[in-house]
Amino acid sequence: MADALIDAILAATPLPAILVGSDERIAGANAEAQALLGAALTGRHFAAILRQPPLVEAIERCIAERSPQTARHLSRDGAHDTTYEVHCRPLPGLGAGQGDAVFVSFVDLTQMEQAGQMRRDFVANVSHELRTPLTALMGFIETLRGAARDDAKARDRFLGIMEAEANRMNRLVGDLLSLNRVESEERVRPAKRLDLGTLLSSALATLRPLADEAGVELNLTVGQDPVEVPGEPDQLRQVVVNLVENAIKYGGAGGSVDVALTVLDHDAAMRGPAARIEVTDHGPGIDPVHLPRLTERFYRVDSHRSREMGGTGLGLAIVKHILNRHRGRLRVDSAPSKGATFTVILPR
Amino acid sequence: MNTNHILSAFDRDLEGVQAKVMRMGGMVEQALRDSITALLSHDIEMAARVRQDDRAIDELDEAVKSDCARILALRAPTAVDLRVVLSVIEISSNLERCGDYAKNIAKRTPSVGVQHDIMETGTALRRMAEFVQAMLSDALDSYIHQDEDKALDVIQRDVEADQMYNTLFRSLLTHMMEDPRSIATAMHLHFIAKNIERVGDHATGICEQAIYVLTGEMPQEPRPKQDSTTRM
Repeated sequence: MADALIDAILAATPLPAILVGSDERIAGANAEAQALLGAALTGRHFAAILRQPPLVEAIERCIAERSPQTARHLSRDGAHDTTYEVHCRPLPGLGAGQGDAVFVSFVDLTQMEQAGQMRRDFVANVSHELRTPLTALMGFIETLRGAARDDAKARDRFLGIMEAEANRMNRLVGDLLSLNRVESEERVRPAKRLDLGTLLSSALATLRPLADEAGVELNLTVGQDPVEVPGEPDQLRQVVVNLVENAIKYGGAGGSVDVALTVLDHDAAMRGPAARIEVTDHGPGIDPVHLPRLTERFYRVDSHRSREMGGTGLGLAIVKHILNRHRGRLRVDSAPSKGATFTVILPR
Repeated sequence: MNTNHILSAFDRDLEGVQAKVMRMGGMVEQALRDSITALLSHDIEMAARVRQDDRAIDELDEAVKSDCARILALRAPTAVDLRVVLSVIEISSNLERCGDYAKNIAKRTPSVGVQHDIMETGTALRRMAEFVQAMLSDALDSYIHQDEDKALDVIQRDVEADQMYNTLFRSLLTHMMEDPRSIATAMHLHFIAKNIERVGDHATGICEQAIYVLTGEMPQEPRPKQDSTTRM
């Protein structure tokens, strides 16, 4: 086959693909393959470029036996691992000088692998999170049956701790269920319209006792006119509650939490008119290394502090999924000792 | 090297020996990955396989070196071709050592019990192993794709690998002081951490060869060192 035709077919292949001649040299590679494996592949020995033993063996066997082979190719894309299933197909007589050639194509399995890994991690995390309060409960039950059986004072104190631990489990189960619900509805667009100003003042009213207890001043800034967005009231309320609660718990040291509602005629990310809720605290701020992972389930900047505060590690994950459903965005701006601003942007 | 040689057999020899050393690199990468997986999942069979497969790595090292000797004797390469041959010999030695470290990790695996509290160190060990594996992988890529920036980047990253080792060293020391029963396991884990740290050093060695082939000179700046455990 003419070289031009081979190149054209490689270029038209929508997967990373290379052609290896029977001289074991790479005879051609498309742009996708160069992005995956590096530039200037043609003329190189295939094993110099694809050094992973299973793949090297598959290509060798394909050349020797003229039979199709598959192998895994592990790679990295920045910080993420990627997995490819590599198909080697013999092309007898199509190489240079009527020799054999092998067509090698790479199918990206990364997302499938990641989905499986995420599920396993999630189950492991949930078990771990549930077990911690459960272990405490079981320990105290044992003590109450034994050493502290007739000690009224200790009994009271232990029951208090047990109540707190049971509450923690209850909150975790509640958050898991609400995360599950939010996820299952994520594709359903909210039908109703609601006024964000009303929603904010009522949500903040319920949070005031918590703020007073923590000695935090809650300031709300909203305009005169109603700001209507399509939205599910309960869910958007949860977004506000979760963000303000976090600000009080983790940024309360700053003395005040400011909530502001503004409207934008045009927001680039929303590609149209938008509403913006900003929740700002003046606490210790968040180290930038944590920012990309904040909305991951069970990710905590400081797990000890989070446990003390009774956090479940799911609050921001729920916020993210609710905002996904509303086609909105969450932005976080923070620096150590500069406080933190969580911005919710919703299309109007 | 893809500079066209009139002597195409020479070109074939040069490319062939580079392919061989890269194949060796692939085997070492897999040995390291498998040895860590075997350690953390306590998979004794997999560990035994890593130990067995080290023979193939050693054989390939021998083969690479005898190929290089033959090229030097028969072709008397000069300039960049000579540097390629010399660098391949050097990289082959680096890789052979890394293979030995993987084998050593595999050898210790049966002795590392599944003591749960100390295996929390396992998470840190896994992170360090992944970090160093990425360094080795990028080192080999930088060599074969003649990517000087990537090579310099890997050399810089060795500082972080050393810091990870320091942290592990400290946490293992704490474990041992708190609970003398953990000493045997902690000692094994410490040697394993040291093995991984050494792989990072060999990765920088490979990068120095990549730069040597490209420029004819070894990198000027002194290699960054952050191993502070000698002062603890």
